[in-house]
Amino acid sequence: MSVAGVRLELESLAKSYGGVPALRGVSLSVGDGKLVAVVGPSGCGKSTLLSLVAGLDAPDAGVIRIDGRVVNDLSPRERDVAMVFQSYALYPHMTVRRNLAFPLDVAGVPRREIAARVEEVAALLGLAPLLDRRPAALSGGQRQRVALGRALVRRPKVFLLDEPLSNLDAALRLGVRAELKKLHERLGATFVYVTHDQAEAMTLADRIAVLRDGALEQVGTPREIYGAPATAFVARFVGTPPVNLVAPEVLGLPEGPIDVALRPEDLRVSREAGAAGLAARVWLVEPMGSETWVTVERAGARLVARCEAAFDAPPGAPVRLGFDPRRLQRFERETGRRVVPDRPG
Amino acid sequence: MSARGERRLGAALVAPAGAALALVALGPLLATAWLSLRHRVPVLGEDRFVGLANYGALAHDARFLGALANTAYFTALAVALELVLALPLALALHHAGRGRGGIRAAVLVPWILPTVVAAKLWALLLQPDLGLLARIWPDGAGAVLTRPRLALHAAIFVDVWKTTPFVALLLLAGLQAIPEDLARAARVDGASALRVFRSITLPLLRPAILLALLFRSLDAFRVFDVVFVLTEGGPGHTTEPLSLYAYRTLLRAGSFGLGAAISLVTFLCVVAIGLAWLSALGERRPAEAP
Repeated sequence: MSVAGVRLELESLAKSYGGVPALRGVSLSVGDGKLVAVVGPSGCGKSTLLSLVAGLDAPDAGVIRIDGRVVNDLSPRERDVAMVFQSYALYPHMTVRRNLAFPLDVAGVPRREIAARVEEVAALLGLAPLLDRRPAALSGGQRQRVALGRALVRRPKVFLLDEPLSNLDAALRLGVRAELKKLHERLGATFVYVTHDQAEAMTLADRIAVLRDGALEQVGTPREIYGAPATAFVARFVGTPPVNLVAPEVLGLPEGPIDVALRPEDLRVSREAGAAGLAARVWLVEPMGSETWVTVERAGARLVARCEAAFDAPPGAPVRLGFDPRRLQRFERETGRRVVPDRPG
Repeated sequence: MSARGERRLGAALVAPAGAALALVALGPLLATAWLSLRHRVPVLGEDRFVGLANYGALAHDARFLGALANTAYFTALAVALELVLALPLALALHHAGRGRGGIRAAVLVPWILPTVVAAKLWALLLQPDLGLLARIWPDGAGAVLTRPRLALHAAIFVDVWKTTPFVALLLLAGLQAIPEDLARAARVDGASALRVFRSITLPLLRPAILLALLFRSLDAFRVFDVVFVLTEGGPGHTTEPLSLYAYRTLLRAGSFGLGAAISLVTFLCVVAIGLAWLSALGERRPAEAP
C-alpha cells in the first residue's frame, strides 16, 4: 500500500481565538512525501495549525495550498486530509471494523471495496484479530493503531498527526515511534506531525518546524536544528539533557550582551588533580547506563555534561571543565537570536 | 476484613435506608393493594373483602377506560413532542457560544414555575370570554377548553410548554458529555454536518434520550395538576387522567377500595413503562474494557 504524497504550503497563516492570537503569520512548506514535525511547548499554536490545515477552523488570514490548490474555502471532506487525534477520537459505539470503514462509508465507497480496504489496513497494522471489538475493549496502543488505521484507510494525500504518541506509556512509545517511521517510509505520503516531544521530532522528521507563541522560530533538518539553532529557544528545546545556556563569564569568556550555549556532550569534566581547565564542583551525578550525566556548579550556574559511564564523584568534589571553543554557540541576550561567528573560536 | 464481614457491614449500612424505604414506599403500596381488594366506603360504614371485584368493575367502567386512554394519549403525545422540540433546543444551546448561560437560564423559566401557576396562567390566557386568546380569535376561543379533544390537547400543550426546557437540559448534559474530538474526527473523515449528527451525535446521545424518556413518561403518566387546574377533567370526564379519577373516587366519592384499585393500576403501568425504558437503556452499552 502506498500513497502519492503532495506538497503542502502554508502562507502567512494567522488565527486568533477571542482576540488572543494563536498563530501569527506562519509560513511553512512541506515537500511531497516528507514528514515535517511541528514542535513547541503547549499553547504555542501547534494544534491550531493542524485544525486550520484539516479545515476544522478557518484562518483569519493566510493561504493553505495542498498540491498547488488553494483549499481555504474547502470543507474537511474536500481537502483529502486525514488526521490522527491525540485522544484518538475513536467512535465508541462502533466496532474497530466500523471505525475503520467510516471514512469510506461516508465517501460512498462500494461495500465490497470497503471490506477489502479495511482488511488491508487491519493486516498492515496488526488489527485483524480486533476488528469486532469496541474501542473500550482495546489497550492504549491498540486504540492508537486503530486511529492510525482510520486515517490510512482513505489513502489521503496529507496526514495530520496531533501528538499521536503522547497517550502511550514510555515503553510502548518507542516501539510505535519506530513503526510510524517505517510506515511513513513505506507510504510515501506527506505527514505533518505535531508533538511537544523533541525526541519524537528529531527521530521521525525530515524537517522540524519550531513554533513559539504562534510564530515559527526556525525550520530546518533535525541536524540543523540541533547543530545550528537559530535562537536560544530552539537550542534549549532540542537535546537531552538540555543545552547549557549561560553567561559567557561562567565559561571563563569575556563578559558581553550575549549568552553562550554548549551541548552537554561538548563539555568535558575531569577529576584528575592538576588537570587544566575551569574549576567547578560536582552537584549531581546521574548514571544513565551507557553514560553518566554530571551536573556541576560554577560561578553560581549549573552545567550538565555527558560523561563516560564509569564517571563517579561525590557531590561537592572539585573538578576541572574543558571544552572546544569552536563548539560554542552565541545568542544575543536581548533577542535570543544567534550571533553568527565572524571569527573562529 | 473478610469478604463475609464486609458484606455484613454493607448490609448493616444499607439497612436503615432499606427500612425507611419499606416504611414509606413498600408499606403504603401493600396497604393500597390490600385496600383494593375490599369494598370500603367509610361514610356508609361499609367495609368488606370483595377479592378482585373492584378490578372487575374497572374493566367495565367507561370512565376508567376513558381515563386510561386519556393518560396514555397525554403521555405519548406530550413526551414525543417534548423530545422532538427539546433536541433542536439542546443542540442550539450546545453550539451557542457566548451568552449560553443567560439563554439557558431564560429557557428554564417555564420549568421553574410551579405547575399549578403555569396551568393557571394558561387557563387565564385561554379563558373563553376574557382571555388573550378570546381577543385574538374571538370565534374560536370558546372551543378550546370546552371541546373534549381540544381541551386534552390544550393540557398537552401546557405540559409541553412547561417541560420541554427540562428535557432540553437533560439532552444538553448528554451532548456535553460527548467528546468534541469525535465530531471533529468525523468531519475530517469526510462526514457532512447531518452525517455527523446521525452517525456520531445521535447514537452517543441515546442514553440521555432514554433517560429523558424515562423521567418524562413516568411523570406524564401520573399527570394531575395541569389537567386539574386547566380543565378539572372536563368537559364531562373527557380529559380526566387516571390520577384525577383515582383522587375523585377516593376522596370525593369516598370509595376507598375502588380508588385504591385505580391507584394500583396506575402504579403498575408506571412500573411497566419504567422497566421498558430501563431495559432499553441497559442494552447496547459499549462494552467495558476487560
